[in-house]
Amino acid sequence: MADGIEVQRRRALDVSALPNVVFSVRSTTWLGTVGMMFIEGGVFALVVAAYFYLHSRTEHWPPGFLPPDLFWGTINTIIFVLSVIPTEWYRRRAHHGDLAAVRIGLILASLIGLANLVVRYFELRHLNCEWSQSAYGSVVWLLMGLHVTHLLTDWVETLVLTKLFFSPHIEGKRFVDAEENASYWYFVVLTWIPIYLVLYWAPRWLRS
Amino acid sequence: MSEQRAVMRLEPVLPEKEQARAAQLAEVWKEPPGFIGWFKAIHHTTIGKRFILTAFAFFLAAGLLAGAMRLQLAFPESHLMSPDLYNQIFTMHGSTMMFLFAVPMMFEALSVYLVPLMLGTRQIAFPRLNAYSYYLYLFGGLMLFAFFFVNSGPDRGWFAYVPLSGPDYGPGKRADIWAQLITFTEVSALCVAVEVVVTTFKLRAPGMSLNRIPIFVWGQVVTAFMVIFAMPGVVVASTMLLLDRTCGTQFFNPAVGGDVLLFQHLFWWFGHPEVYIIFIPGTVIVSTVLSTFCRRHMFGYLAVILSLIATGFIAFGLWVHHMFATGIPQMSESFFTAASMMIAIPTGTQIFCWIATITTGKVVLKTPMWWVLGFFFVFIIGGMTGIYVASVPVDLQVHDTYFIVAHFHYVLIGGAVFPLFAAFAYWFPKMTGRMMSEKLGLWSFWLFTIGFNVTFFPMHIVGLRGMPRRVYTYPAGAGWTVLNQIESLGYLFLFAGVAMFLVNVWRSLKRGELAGPNPWQAGGLEWAVPSPPPAYNFLNLPTVNGSEPLWDAAPDQPIVTGLKEDVREVLTTRILDAEPEGRDEMPAPSIWPFLAAVATTALFIGSIFRPIAVSIGAIPLGITLIAWFWPTREESERRRKQDIWQTE
Repeated sequence: MADGIEVQRRRALDVSALPNVVFSVRSTTWLGTVGMMFIEGGVFALVVAAYFYLHSRTEHWPPGFLPPDLFWGTINTIIFVLSVIPTEWYRRRAHHGDLAAVRIGLILASLIGLANLVVRYFELRHLNCEWSQSAYGSVVWLLMGLHVTHLLTDWVETLVLTKLFFSPHIEGKRFVDAEENASYWYFVVLTWIPIYLVLYWAPRWLRS
Repeated sequence: MSEQRAVMRLEPVLPEKEQARAAQLAEVWKEPPGFIGWFKAIHHTTIGKRFILTAFAFFLAAGLLAGAMRLQLAFPESHLMSPDLYNQIFTMHGSTMMFLFAVPMMFEALSVYLVPLMLGTRQIAFPRLNAYSYYLYLFGGLMLFAFFFVNSGPDRGWFAYVPLSGPDYGPGKRADIWAQLITFTEVSALCVAVEVVVTTFKLRAPGMSLNRIPIFVWGQVVTAFMVIFAMPGVVVASTMLLLDRTCGTQFFNPAVGGDVLLFQHLFWWFGHPEVYIIFIPGTVIVSTVLSTFCRRHMFGYLAVILSLIATGFIAFGLWVHHMFATGIPQMSESFFTAASMMIAIPTGTQIFCWIATITTGKVVLKTPMWWVLGFFFVFIIGGMTGIYVASVPVDLQVHDTYFIVAHFHYVLIGGAVFPLFAAFAYWFPKMTGRMMSEKLGLWSFWLFTIGFNVTFFPMHIVGLRGMPRRVYTYPAGAGWTVLNQIESLGYLFLFAGVAMFLVNVWRSLKRGELAGPNPWQAGGLEWAVPSPPPAYNFLNLPTVNGSEPLWDAAPDQPIVTGLKEDVREVLTTRILDAEPEGRDEMPAPSIWPFLAAVATTALFIGSIFRPIAVSIGAIPLGITLIAWFWPTREESERRRKQDIWQTE
């Protein structure tokens, strides 16, 4: 600056020391994912409400069918519940940037997702109803179809992320992605529990 | 540095350095040039302007359809158009106004453009998703009109009740097209809702704690939450309808356990909050314009915010009042009547706060303020007929008559279109850098207001005289002719009012007075930046001291420094107190959101004809989405070197 002229000064809040790799509620994508969970959770809740609304309009439930066979649905539920253990492990390791752990965790998650999908195929074969026969069948298949869609999209997402973790794209953001992938998986698991109860147990408990 | 905190410093003010910074920021944040660049653009002001123009174009198109209806009804026993065409036209008018104009304009367009500016940040959260939602909305609207021009416009009314729209009574593809129009616009609105919530939660200027968020933004956040909770209802309803029609499901077939009222419940679970999704942005425009033109802070800021939130909650307890004529149990009717009356409490609170702001302020009567006064007059009439129809016996009497048509045009045009024109007059200088003509503004206000009342007030009377809605003609001796002719005459005034507005826009763009950053001496942060805002919005990110940041700023109000200016970086702050908490790099422009929207469009339109299109269409959609998220190697390497991890 020119000599003799006093430089004007102003107060400034310097934010350069703030982190850019942040997790959970501090991350914008995490909050965005939670927003999407509210939307998708809302869809699930309304379809479950439709299930019971249709039940209230029908004399027999299920109307002239056997309830879905318990075996495959229960197997899948067990896989879902157990999957939480490796998921929580790699989610926590992601916070520390533990590359090896996250790689193993994502491979496990991909395999578990595949197992869920295979068992889901058998579940679909043992629902004991068709969507075109009755409103009961329609709502059972819609609820199941919605959950299959979530399972499938999450699985593809996990595969893509696993591939990224074995590419030169490793950076802080990837670990944030890994944490969010785990959170979304919890959403898939948590929505499955009530859906399992509705699809497999409600017809048994409500049977007149 | 180990401590991850923002630090206050004294910094020299160097004008030459500021200029160099501005040039660099402009380069970093600029939209890509050229024809292909147009499809890659992702800045919120660019996408916001496109949303506004597109929604206004649909408003004009739906307005012309209304003109066709008024022409048809101007004479009894008219055969100008066939009943079939008339059915398509009123369905197109309603669907376009609700799904392609009202929600996209009041919520998506205005919040995408204004919310990041009002919060003092440089970009909306998830800008690529934002571009994707715009294209999806545009394509959905174009699809609807394309099918209309080949005589396949939906013709079952804007809510497409089953069984009329179901597989047995709705042959052809018309109802399917309606169902997919819904899907397009809902996906678009839901994405924007998430963006608005996250932008408001995380990207506010330091100091903008919850009790300092501008009322406009509060309103749009409440609206966004309502979108998030309400829209799944219509997603489920329209999906079930489409499945019944194309896949042979039986949701609405009473012969095998289905139920037609299920559709109405799901539809109005969305449809009633929808009214507030349109109206809440209107009320917060009113609050914003009022405090500027009464030259004072809004009276009862906290009461207004709590009213908005209360309206958001109560709106979910009212849906059955659209179904009073369906034979539901009397107990539910009483409950929903009470709930409907209850909405008057928060609305009344807001009205009292507005009146108090006006009476205790120094009122400056400019065009935006005139539109706000028009809003009071029209909306209060609409609110009063609302009390009539909330009561079951009255509702049963006037259900499906023109009384209802009059009522909802008074609340929707009063509650949304009047505030919208106030918003145009108010923010036009910000968006374009030029003032609109006051004289032409007043002309369009008076033409529109007179035209509106001449068109819609007689509908109350003709409705009480028994004229049903949605009839393509009526007998000459029914006592409805003169009233219908007055209504059609009123349309001409409405048309002239809107035409005058367009002339005003055209002339002002060319010859309007230069606006400067803050022509109204308003208090919001959007007025701190040049008009129109540069690509980076704020040269120096602001800090905030009150709910009207420019009015409340301290003499030495600090600015924010230390963000990277060679990449698109923004500051993130804590949800409650807006303390600085992190830095986030925004994505660069990309063609993939556009291509993903094309792939989604192919899937949605394909599904109208063949269910398998969903499975096949998922493949290109998946590819475009993966390409959208795939980082470049340079980006990853650059960031890896500079990453600062959060310390637990």
